[in-house]
Amino acid sequence: MKIIVCIKQVLDAKDVHLDPVTNNLLREGVPSIMNPYDQYAVEEAVRLKELLGGEVTVLSMGPPQAEDVLRQAISCGADHAVLVSDRAFAGADTWATSYTLAMAIQAIGAFELILCGKQAIDGDTAQVGPSLALRLGIPFVTCVQKVRQATDSGLILERMMDDGYDVLSVDYPALLTVVKDINKPRVPSLKGKMRAKKIEIRKLTAADIGADPLCIGLPGSPTQVEKVFSPPVRSQHTVFTGSIDEQIDQLIDSLKAYL
Amino acid sequence: MDYFLSEEQKMIVETARQITNEYIIPHRAALDEQDKFPRTILNAMAQADLFGIPVPEEFGGFGGGCLDIVLALEQLGRGCIGVGTAFAASSLGIYPILQAGSQEMRERYLPDAAAGKKFAAFGLTEANAGSDASGIQTTAVLDGDEWVVNGTKQWITNGGEAQIYTIVAITDRSKGPRGASMLVVEEGDPGFSCGPKEKKMGIRASSTTELIFKDCRIPKDRLIGRKGTGFITIMKTLDSSRPGIAALGLGLAQAALDEAACYAKQRVQFGKPIIAFQAVQHMLADMAIQLEAARALVYGAARHIDAHPQNMSKVSSMCKVFATDMAMKVATDAVQVMGGYGYMREYPVEKMMRDAKILQIYEGTNQIQRNVVGQELNKEYARVSVNG
Ligand SMILES: Cc1cc2nc3c(=O)[nH]c(=O)nc-3n(C[C@H](O)[C@H](O)[C@@H](O)COP(=O)(O)OP(=O)(O)OC[C@H]3O[C@@H](n4cnc5c(N)ncnc54)[C@H](O)[C@@H]3O)c2cc1C
Ligand SMILES: Cc1cc2nc3c(=O)[nH]c(=O)nc-3n(C[C@H](O)[C@H](O)[C@H](O)COP(=O)(O)OP(=O)(O)OC[C@H]3O[C@@H](n4cnc5c(N)ncnc54)[C@H](O)[C@@H]3O)c2cc1C
Repeated sequence: MKIIVCIKQVLDAKDVHLDPVTNNLLREGVPSIMNPYDQYAVEEAVRLKELLGGEVTVLSMGPPQAEDVLRQAISCGADHAVLVSDRAFAGADTWATSYTLAMAIQAIGAFELILCGKQAIDGDTAQVGPSLALRLGIPFVTCVQKVRQATDSGLILERMMDDGYDVLSVDYPALLTVVKDINKPRVPSLKGKMRAKKIEIRKLTAADIGADPLCIGLPGSPTQVEKVFSPPVRSQHTVFTGSIDEQIDQLIDSLKAYL
Repeated sequence: MDYFLSEEQKMIVETARQITNEYIIPHRAALDEQDKFPRTILNAMAQADLFGIPVPEEFGGFGGGCLDIVLALEQLGRGCIGVGTAFAASSLGIYPILQAGSQEMRERYLPDAAAGKKFAAFGLTEANAGSDASGIQTTAVLDGDEWVVNGTKQWITNGGEAQIYTIVAITDRSKGPRGASMLVVEEGDPGFSCGPKEKKMGIRASSTTELIFKDCRIPKDRLIGRKGTGFITIMKTLDSSRPGIAALGLGLAQAALDEAACYAKQRVQFGKPIIAFQAVQHMLADMAIQLEAARALVYGAARHIDAHPQNMSKVSSMCKVFATDMAMKVATDAVQVMGGYGYMREYPVEKMMRDAKILQIYEGTNQIQRNVVGQELNKEYARVSVNG
């Protein structure tokens, strides 16, 4: 069983701020992390590997620093890591991203299953998974909250819905996007961390994956971000901290002021 | 302070810290209230390879030394020394096999121990043999190809939960201290059972039971090392493991200091946060000073032991006494800083104070450790004159 997990490096959301003048993201000094949903995708892939045998390859499109999240995935049990990195990919929207990932996956070779996070916490579009499946011509199931049964030929899954869940079965090859309910990611093991430190990450450029220069990066992106801005603060707000009980006490105290 | 840890050691700290924050701290109060053995947490530690730290690489472990295990236990101790004790007692249990067992015996037990698939326990203490191990009454008699073990061990950590038990029994009473031997008993061996869990003041997540041997028959090759070397193996085992108990004290004291200092910053009396009062500040300062001094001693002792010196009893005992007395004091003072709130179960320092006490008692009481240090001094000063 060959499983590919697509992971995106994102800025740690709790540290993201916009430059008040230019409205650009202030990236300086902000730590980058693995997109949280993708951690669940890596964990599920490793569990499926432990159940059915096989190999897990993690794949990211991003700048050279994205190596860090690939190594993190290795420490959590993935076997191989591929970074597609090229200046030409800069400015990619979801359309160009899914094209690039599809070309990279074809360059990597055969697979039975692709796992993605439900969405990235920065772009937040939740489009890359489905779009990638369409480009590869394979079925996809989004928002998977549980793998009920896994065999060598396919999966029985629960798809999270607003009012419950659907039970679906899907044959390989297929693509899933996962939500956080699906598992509890493991703590990276000591041996995993040692392996992550030493492993060689396979690096692919636009030319290596045979990408059409007009389909990648800014030229390949029909959507472009015009403007990003912080919404104006509408009214005063107070953030309560501490345990739930302490927060409730603080809330009651502050409401009393209006009596 | 920077203790110049290696990359691998930083990895150990990070891994144990993550386990502590995600698995131990959220559940410690419930484990304590319910006297519940932390099976899920130990499984997570196994998955993260923590059980492999003391086991050589050839048996699937990490090949770590004393400082490596100290660093892990310090982090676990920050969460709950009940859980830390369950983990520490398992490494204590395999240590005799590691250091005195035959190659065959090591191959049989160490891979499963390293993977955390099997837990271990160490059985020395009996009703009439506490500080004075010469009071041991459990016997092992060779009958054909089997040892027949009879007797009862008392207060054995991981009793009823472990699969591998390394125990001490008298194999030849006429030989005095050279008549004791260590043996491996496995869960399910005929004639071996564990008593009910003791009800304890603290470390209630850990299980403490009797080990009962009634004509318990085990194969001849369960003898660890040579016959009559039991006490030597015990001494070596305890010399290497005591810094781990000291490390639990470091972790517990760090957690108690963190709680007390955060509380003192936000608790307002007489119109000021109580940390503004010098009496409170000095208490916190003393806690921090004692803790850092203990940490420096424990890490130093662990590094000394990792250099495999001839004699390590003195430093091992010194760091156990200092760090565990410190932990008791710091936990007590943390309760004091927090006043009545500190005394309530709602806040974690109440449990820390109850838990801390065991550190001064088990793996040799602190009085016995002082005896060891004193006896070593007595020997040293027979050789050294005042003018050096
Ligand atoms: C503030 C902001 C606004 C944006 N607005 C738009 C917009 O309106 N329209 C638009 O088309 N683009 C937009 N983008 C760009 C777009 O988000 C990213 O370029 C695109 O790479 C991924 O889309 P996403 O982050 O929404 O991913 P999602 O589709 O939300 O991600 C789902 C999953 O796809 C996989 N994945 C996503 N990106 C990668 C990658 N680089 N490598 C490997 N796997 C990956 C991961 O498994 C991830 O969990 C925006 C970006 C930002 C930072
Ligand atoms: C929770 C718990 C877990 C334990 N786990 C284990 C385990 O896993 N394996 C195991 O083998 N044992 C275990 N023990 C036993 C523990 O190691 C003993 O309790 C300890 O060694 C002390 O023995 P004792 O309790 O019989 O005290 P005693 O030896 O009766 O001592 C009573 C008091 O007298 C003092 N004293 C005794 N002799 C001297 C002396 N010569 N000089 C000065 N003072 C002296 C002691 O310091 C102590 O204050 C555990 C105990 C507890 C409570």
